[in-house]
Amino acid sequence: MLEIKGLKVKLEDEDKQILKGVDLKVEAGKVHAIMGPNGSGKSTLSYVLSGRDGYEVTDGEATLDGEDLLDMEPEERAAEGLFLAFQYPVEIPGVSNMTFLRTAVNAQRKARDEEELSATDFLKDIRAKAKTLKIDADMLKRPVNMGFSGGEKKRNEILQMAMLEPKMCILDETDSGLDVDAMKLVSEGVNALRDEGRGFLVITHYQRLLDHIKPDVVHIMADGRIVKTGGPELALEVENNGYADILAETA
Amino acid sequence: MSLLVQKQEATAALLDGVSVPAGASWITSIRDAAMARVVDNGLPHRRDEYWKYTRPDTLTAQDPVPAPVFDSGEAPMFDEIDRLKVVFVDGIFDADQSDALEGEGFTIECLSDVAQKDIHWAKDLYGQLEAKGQDPVERPLASLNTALAEDGIVIHVTGKVSRPVSFIYKHEDENSDAILHHVVKMEEGTSFTLLENGPAAARFNTVLEVDVPDNAEFHHVRAQGRDHDRRAATHMFARLGTESVFKCFTVTVNGVLTRNECVLELTGDDAVAHVAGACVGDGEFSHDDTVFITHDAVNCESRQVFKKVLRNGATGVFQGKILVKPDAQKTDGYQMSQSLLLDDDSQFLAKPELEIYADDVACSHGSTSGAIDEEGLFYLRARGVPKDIATDLMTLAFLAEAVEEIEDEALADCILTRLEGWLERRRG
Repeated sequence: MLEIKGLKVKLEDEDKQILKGVDLKVEAGKVHAIMGPNGSGKSTLSYVLSGRDGYEVTDGEATLDGEDLLDMEPEERAAEGLFLAFQYPVEIPGVSNMTFLRTAVNAQRKARDEEELSATDFLKDIRAKAKTLKIDADMLKRPVNMGFSGGEKKRNEILQMAMLEPKMCILDETDSGLDVDAMKLVSEGVNALRDEGRGFLVITHYQRLLDHIKPDVVHIMADGRIVKTGGPELALEVENNGYADILAETA
Repeated sequence: MSLLVQKQEATAALLDGVSVPAGASWITSIRDAAMARVVDNGLPHRRDEYWKYTRPDTLTAQDPVPAPVFDSGEAPMFDEIDRLKVVFVDGIFDADQSDALEGEGFTIECLSDVAQKDIHWAKDLYGQLEAKGQDPVERPLASLNTALAEDGIVIHVTGKVSRPVSFIYKHEDENSDAILHHVVKMEEGTSFTLLENGPAAARFNTVLEVDVPDNAEFHHVRAQGRDHDRRAATHMFARLGTESVFKCFTVTVNGVLTRNECVLELTGDDAVAHVAGACVGDGEFSHDDTVFITHDAVNCESRQVFKKVLRNGATGVFQGKILVKPDAQKTDGYQMSQSLLLDDDSQFLAKPELEIYADDVACSHGSTSGAIDEEGLFYLRARGVPKDIATDLMTLAFLAEAVEEIEDEALADCILTRLEGWLERRRG
């Protein structure tokens, strides 16, 4: 599904190398987690994959089902089935959540030469999915993320994911700013989307999210590289001993 | 030579041989007085304080710059709104295209008829608010309008009128030079909605005077026509009585030059005045909102909300003033002017002014210029919305904050649809 080979990335405006050769392969149906200390390049990886400005790929490649991601505009990547759940979902005054989602769903369908969803079908779909995430009609009507609490913003991200039905989902520190109940709700939303045809890359600092979203593979990232890969037990090791031991052993 | 003398001489030369239209004695004396104001003040000059940002020369020149008629192919504005239609073609009332001039709760007449009547209530309003509005800032183009206008509509509102009256300004002659002067006199406790739309002429000068007495409510929604090369100088003068409401909104799409002046005087306690506007300009486009609101009573509210989207070298101007007189305590004045600059070539020039002589007031103003929020844009694109559509969505959201000032949802929808269409045609 997602294949990253030798990816090297620097900041566009600064001579600062952030990713120093990342290799990663996420298979369909699998949940991979990336853990790592602050500044290891986890969020940069998610931004580069989704096409945010400000980064320059100096080497390597990233493909989704064989398609070169790095060559595409952000909207093309989305239409290919890539989805990034933002660490800090953006507030957009004046654009209602509903309009935003309908525009996004239909833009993707159009890009894939599929027929646009009718207003009624869309409404039916979004109402059902919003309900399971405890997102009420008022939140759908409000401008995108405006006045939403931290938990509401993250639930809104998962709602978007549910509506857009991507094949590859990247969750960037989705657990940040969530209390226990909100984390459970969000995790349930994510788990409901786990599917044979869908891959997940879960970026997190902490093991606790992985109690709810059980990963198949755990990677440890440090200083722009993946330094260790293992099973779910690796996350527990981090939880118990911190990163220091792992970093020392791979240094 | 002083600027004033220079202006007076230029104006005298320009108006040499021009005489006010024939009419009944009352209107002739009003027109003569207005003409005297024009000659005394001189027509606007680019060195005038309030004409620094908008060049007045094409508005004051002998002849208008020709403006080709533009067929947008769009459905006419307010098409789906039930209203009384009053049609002008190049500034001349067209009875055949208009509905019968009658309605419940008001009388409606043509200025050309009214001006011939020896006795008419309009003598107490026509040109009066305009004359008063010359102080402290002169508005010579409005005086010129009072002096020379032969056509326009004169309305007397005697009840609560639900069906709007709609002025439709058609432009068919590329050399037309139109002057229209409208007067609306309301009785206490009445309500009325006026709509205006269309490009009107190559050059268009309008004055609208509205007397909104105690407990009356006046709403105004205007769409300025889309002809690219048209020029317009519009003036709105209103007096507000106790607990009265005045709300106006103008959308401007295209037009090489637009100067919209709005002069309001809140003379009765607890009056409410809202002035709002949204404009979108692409390329050769200069749009100027000049607002002067005088608070002269207790506990009044005034609110100005202006949004401008500018691209390809378009220019937006905002000159907004709130004057709070010594006894106008508890004044609540709000003023917001914002521009969205879609490229580096466009500019927004804003001059907010507050002049406050009362000590117990709340007045705030804000003016911003900015580009599209990159974070928001990326967020939309990351969800699969193509860049151009995402930009439009955010642009429309920016404008919507001004459009929301329109109370009537159906009218607000008309405006949003027009703005949406404009953005859509410029995609890619």
